[in-house]
Amino acid sequence: MMVEFPWDDLRRLTGLADYNTRVVLLGSLLLGLVSGAVGSFMVLRKRAMISDVVSHAALPGIVAAFMVLTVLGGDGKSWLALLTGALISGLLGMAAVHAITTHARVKQDAALGVVLSVFFGAGVVLLGFTQRMKSGSSAGLESFIYGKTASMLASDAWLLAGSALAATVICLAFFKEFRLVCFDAEFARAQGWPVRRVDALLTGLVVVVTVIGLQAVGLILMIALLITPAVTARFWTDRLGSMVIIASGLGALACVTGAALSALYPRVPAGSVIVLSCSTLFLIGLLFGRRRGLVPEAWRRIRLAARTERHHVLRAVYEQWEQRGVQGFHAHAGTGSVLVSAGDLAAVRRWSEARLQRVLREAAADGDVELDAWPLVRLTSRGMSHARQLVRNHRLWEWYLIQHAEVDPHHVDRDADEIEHVLGAAMVRELEATLPGRLSGAELPSSPHPLTDTEEAGWRKGPA
Amino acid sequence: MSDWSMIDTWIVLTGMVIAMSCALVGNFLVIRRMSLMGDAISHAVLPGLAVAFLLSGDRHPLPMFAGAVAAGLLTAFLTEWIRTNGRMEADAAMGVIFTTLFAIGLLLIVRAADSVDLDPGCVLYGAIELSPLDTVPVGPWEWPRAFAIGLVVLAINVVVIGLFYKELVLSSFDPEAAAALGFKPRRIYYLLMALVAVTAVASFESVGSILVIAMLIVPGVCGTLLARRLPGVLAASAVVAMLSAIGGHVMAIGIPPIFGFVDTSTSGSMAVAAGILFVGVFLVAPENGVLARWAHQRSLRDRIRCEDVLGALYRWHEEHGEKGPVVRWPELAARIGLGPTQARRIRRLLRRNGLIGYVADDAVHLTGEGKRQAAIVIRDHRLWEVYLHHQVQLPADHVHATSEALEHLTSDGMRRRLERDATGASVDPHGKVIP
Repeated sequence: MMVEFPWDDLRRLTGLADYNTRVVLLGSLLLGLVSGAVGSFMVLRKRAMISDVVSHAALPGIVAAFMVLTVLGGDGKSWLALLTGALISGLLGMAAVHAITTHARVKQDAALGVVLSVFFGAGVVLLGFTQRMKSGSSAGLESFIYGKTASMLASDAWLLAGSALAATVICLAFFKEFRLVCFDAEFARAQGWPVRRVDALLTGLVVVVTVIGLQAVGLILMIALLITPAVTARFWTDRLGSMVIIASGLGALACVTGAALSALYPRVPAGSVIVLSCSTLFLIGLLFGRRRGLVPEAWRRIRLAARTERHHVLRAVYEQWEQRGVQGFHAHAGTGSVLVSAGDLAAVRRWSEARLQRVLREAAADGDVELDAWPLVRLTSRGMSHARQLVRNHRLWEWYLIQHAEVDPHHVDRDADEIEHVLGAAMVRELEATLPGRLSGAELPSSPHPLTDTEEAGWRKGPA
Repeated sequence: MSDWSMIDTWIVLTGMVIAMSCALVGNFLVIRRMSLMGDAISHAVLPGLAVAFLLSGDRHPLPMFAGAVAAGLLTAFLTEWIRTNGRMEADAAMGVIFTTLFAIGLLLIVRAADSVDLDPGCVLYGAIELSPLDTVPVGPWEWPRAFAIGLVVLAINVVVIGLFYKELVLSSFDPEAAAALGFKPRRIYYLLMALVAVTAVASFESVGSILVIAMLIVPGVCGTLLARRLPGVLAASAVVAMLSAIGGHVMAIGIPPIFGFVDTSTSGSMAVAAGILFVGVFLVAPENGVLARWAHQRSLRDRIRCEDVLGALYRWHEEHGEKGPVVRWPELAARIGLGPTQARRIRRLLRRNGLIGYVADDAVHLTGEGKRQAAIVIRDHRLWEVYLHHQVQLPADHVHATSEALEHLTSDGMRRRLERDATGASVDPHGKVIP
């Protein structure tokens, strides 16, 4: 399967010396741009599969147009005529879906499936005719099923450019309407927007883009060009504007890569390579996407867990100091720092020594503790105020639970343990307000439960 | 058509068994609103076929079958996985996965075209026309291989669906309830996907993916329009599948000669035949069909108009007495707002039911039965007026229009409630007597 790398072809391609190559690459670029944009709206409107139905439904139109041309004495290969046929039967297919879902109790997906298979079957029947026709060769028609970017001519590219430009202009002009309908159709309807007409316009755009992409990507894979860049963009952003831009960029990248690879290597179907480029970009987005990618999400979770652990250690230091009193510890009045033994800390939650050391080293790097007197841990003044803040949040929540949720004082420690890390400043102010008389300014409330190693506090240590 | 031969019979029989096995599993896809999963799986098995072929080196059926089923299940699994982990819509996830797999398959086949005797076109259209030539001995007979395989798959589908009928039904209609009752909806889901994949793969070679998709979806949709309960739906879909197979082949060899061709693709024609049957069902299905809905609406409209006529005549007699001036039909119809055609139909309906009598010069009057029914309409109307005035506390001059609408929709039970609420009242808020 390995093929020697075609350096000469690559030079020819990158130099864009060849007029035909330029045409093909430009056409692919435009196709990718416009399908990414239209696809974004289509996916957000939860109509992802209509493109698949349009592309399958286009086949009878293409073949019928070919037959009419051949019978009339033409060469049957006028792309404009074939695409017009595709456009008409694609729109007919959508109209049929609409008629079925409105006039009978048939669900959307079933109506799509019926139209897809029956129209495609009709296309194959007509194709059966053309293959047995005496005049005219139907060989080119199959390229609509599997796609053939290389067969693109300059006139096709201009057609593509014109349609893509028109579709882009419509997308920009109706951006606000599309956004409203995509995110909250009910609200848009209630506000008096013509939701049905906006939907019809969007469907029309999908039909146009699908039809102009058929020749390059093929009707089975065309749907990928609309869906995949759009869902990939979703991994990188939460904003519609940037989603449309990213999806267009990804679509263009995939199309150009695919067309180039298909031109470089023999027997590489363009549609497949374009779709696989989309899929690769999708995989990258799924793994590394800034918003929803799996790796950044896992990283965020790990960071949260580490921060939680650090908070637990800091709070343990403070509570140890507070509980036993300044006398039991090496208090350095001059520096305001506090020393606590690492062994005592480890006992609080049965931390292993290695784990405790790791967390403490991280805290030391941030300047909350100093480890120069190991195995004694020195809480710096910065660490002190940090820890005090955490303990305060913890106890505020505990008192809140006791007073307002009527939780038993012996049970609040655990609940507060989870919430203290995520209490924002506004939340803390609100908690202070709900506990009147107990607090003034930055005063630290007392713990509602004993901090010693009681039965109730035993959960912190986990199973023995 | 005149030269129907044993070959044509075999083609139809093969199409029938394949169509029925597809229809059987397809019903559950339609019920689960996953119709397009059939489309996805039947495309996505291509890389399975290709990889199995490249690994085993020949078209031995067993590895190809295993590879394709694995690819089908992989589609279902990956779709579910990226749907949950990538947090996206199910059909978008499906679109990403099946196109990726199909693209891989297509690339593999085209790259290895020299050594591979796998034609991507064949995957789409199949070659049911040639299937009777490839036979296997079954007992004393020589059956076409495709027919034998189709029969086996049909048997598998019937047995599996029979065994897991309860689980399939419950998890298709109400997955939460199924989970709560301790069934495993996910396992049932993958079982169904496995059935779809097995059926699609077994049917591929002979009929191509178009017919598989059409038969997975169209008969199931027809079934849900024709019957209410699931056994009826399954039976109806099987009949539609059989008729599509027969009609498809007849069309494929019957219609092209009219235009001077020999024939055309049989599997394509079977899909078209299914489409024609669907349009028929869509139009004439009882209850859910377009015509049935239209007829139902028309009869409702006619009943309301007849009642309006009876009410108007009753009021006329009430006002002018039995011996008062005669009512002429055209004036009456115009007052109620009937067009000329409607007026003729309503008059015919009323006379056929013996509710109005007719004397010279278009003069109409209520018959005895007509008076009785008119009294009921007027009674309902005035009872509603009393109710709306006293219980809902609408002003007396606002109750007429609402009662005009409600009088046509009053059931016996409602009438009894109204009578109870209106005890003692003998006149309506306008002072008219309640009959």
